[in-house]
Amino acid sequence: MWNLLQIELFKISRRPRTYIAFAAIAAIVFIFQFAFKADGQSYMDLMLQSVKDTFELERVKAINGYFMCYIILNTLLIQVPILVALIAADSISGEANMGTLRLLISKPVSRAQLILVKFAAATIFTLFLLLWMAVTSLVVSLMIFGADDMLIFRTRGEESQILLITKDDVLWRYVCAFAYATVALTVIAALSLFLSIFAENSIGPIIATVCIVIVCTIISNINVPIIDKNVKPLLFTSYLVGWKGFFYIATTSDGVPIKGSLENWPAIRKSLLILVAHIVILVTAAVVIFKKKDILS
Amino acid sequence: MTPIISVHHLSKQFKDTRAVDDLSFTVNKGDVYGFLGQNGAGKSTTIRMLLTLVKPSGGEINIFGKKLNTHRNEILRQVGAVIEKPDLYKYLSAYDNLHIFAKISGMKINRQLVMQQLKMVGLEERATSKVKTFSQGMKQRLGIAVALIHDPALIILDEPTNGLDPQGIADMRNLILNLSNEMGKTVLISSHLLSEIEMIANRMIIIHKGKKIVEGTVAELLDPAHSLIQIETANNELVKEQIRHSRWASFLQDNNKQVHLKMNREDVPQLINELVSMEAKVLSVSTSHSLENYFLSLTTQAGHVESFAN
Repeated sequence: MWNLLQIELFKISRRPRTYIAFAAIAAIVFIFQFAFKADGQSYMDLMLQSVKDTFELERVKAINGYFMCYIILNTLLIQVPILVALIAADSISGEANMGTLRLLISKPVSRAQLILVKFAAATIFTLFLLLWMAVTSLVVSLMIFGADDMLIFRTRGEESQILLITKDDVLWRYVCAFAYATVALTVIAALSLFLSIFAENSIGPIIATVCIVIVCTIISNINVPIIDKNVKPLLFTSYLVGWKGFFYIATTSDGVPIKGSLENWPAIRKSLLILVAHIVILVTAAVVIFKKKDILS
Repeated sequence: MTPIISVHHLSKQFKDTRAVDDLSFTVNKGDVYGFLGQNGAGKSTTIRMLLTLVKPSGGEINIFGKKLNTHRNEILRQVGAVIEKPDLYKYLSAYDNLHIFAKISGMKINRQLVMQQLKMVGLEERATSKVKTFSQGMKQRLGIAVALIHDPALIILDEPTNGLDPQGIADMRNLILNLSNEMGKTVLISSHLLSEIEMIANRMIIIHKGKKIVEGTVAELLDPAHSLIQIETANNELVKEQIRHSRWASFLQDNNKQVHLKMNREDVPQLINELVSMEAKVLSVSTSHSLENYFLSLTTQAGHVESFAN
């Protein structure tokens, strides 16, 4: 298994398309950082317009590295599934397209092993992608904008809320948020891999993955009671942004943030479990179907 | 004779198509076994079942005396294969491709062994070149190197000369003969060309529409005694009537409007002499092997001569 995984990672590392994802993330992050460096104050003034008189902000340098990373993740984590699909959807279909699948299957490697190794490789790729995001959006932002207490703008139904997290209480939240995002994006990798076993070129599974993510995201955002109750809890897209939960700090009855706390840890834990269940179901289904499949490519 | 591959009543059904139908054959140790049939005859499907790419609908496959469905990995460790086109990772070098497939085959590999293999197929100079820059012939040779890198006892080659130029075909032929004669490997090679199989195989099978037509040694199946003599005369019916009343009557193939005889080609001069003495006006005489003729009729869909089967 380890040998096979090494080979998979070697193959991924030698494909130019692998680096498209890393380049795309670097480019988007750079654009954000440049824009906020050049004119971030206008954005901040707009966001704080309604609370200027009621919230004491003078002591906080609002545009700092932590805040920048949060803004970037908010935007980027919606697009990253496409980048994950680029690699994961190519896992089996890419081999079929190149004609190497029949050579692989005729080797002393079981089909279940092959799927599991492909999944592990796609997960490692996802992890590296998020580490890269962490470096570019957090580390580089901290270098450019410095560190300070972090402001979180939150909308709860009709109500807008601003949360303040002290700078010594932020870093662990990012570690947890990136870990959560890795699990969430691994669902996308598992979905792409599953779709990949039915196709003989990677375009189909990539498009299918993106379409499923878009459709499910739209459904996840429809506010109709029957969908809220019966459909949304089953959709993985309802939990993709669950990483934000790590920045929703609990407050006292007077509204004072409690350092080191989370507003709703049980909800985060439940989201994680549902995401893991999606991964297990998709990978198991991929193994079962692939084991029975005739390789005719 | 030690059987290396034993196939019993193998079949494969794809929805409405029966690709392989009750096929049985045996490949013995050291054989170069020709697997012959026109395109779509079921050769590739059979080979894919031998390599576990396709699941049989029925029947049993034993390789090295073990059941393929229960000893898959153990068996495949000793098998090397080129299945149709030798598709490899185009974005990797020849060296990397060989290294990867050797590792997947479960062997401990070193640089010297990979380079030695590349040298054997004449690609040592291109070890670091990406496969996408290779010609079809070079890819084919690299495919063979991949099939042989883990020193398998059984080599399965599915149409290995497809897309090769005449020199490439000759090189491939020599390589296969070398594998068998010098290295003692057992080779199963599929082809739709009888002439190709005739030159390298010692045993062969012909399949058509998934069924076995004939199996045996090449020497026996291509015996000169099974030559088909086609004679063109000024009056075919008259000549056939004369033959029917001669000692050659038993050789006459009466299911054809032309004059066809199945006989040993060494007796042809004597036949012609006698036809001339019967005052038959012989315009031309051509000889071909009855098996070749039969196979040609399959590939051209011209109907069966059925001569060798009689």
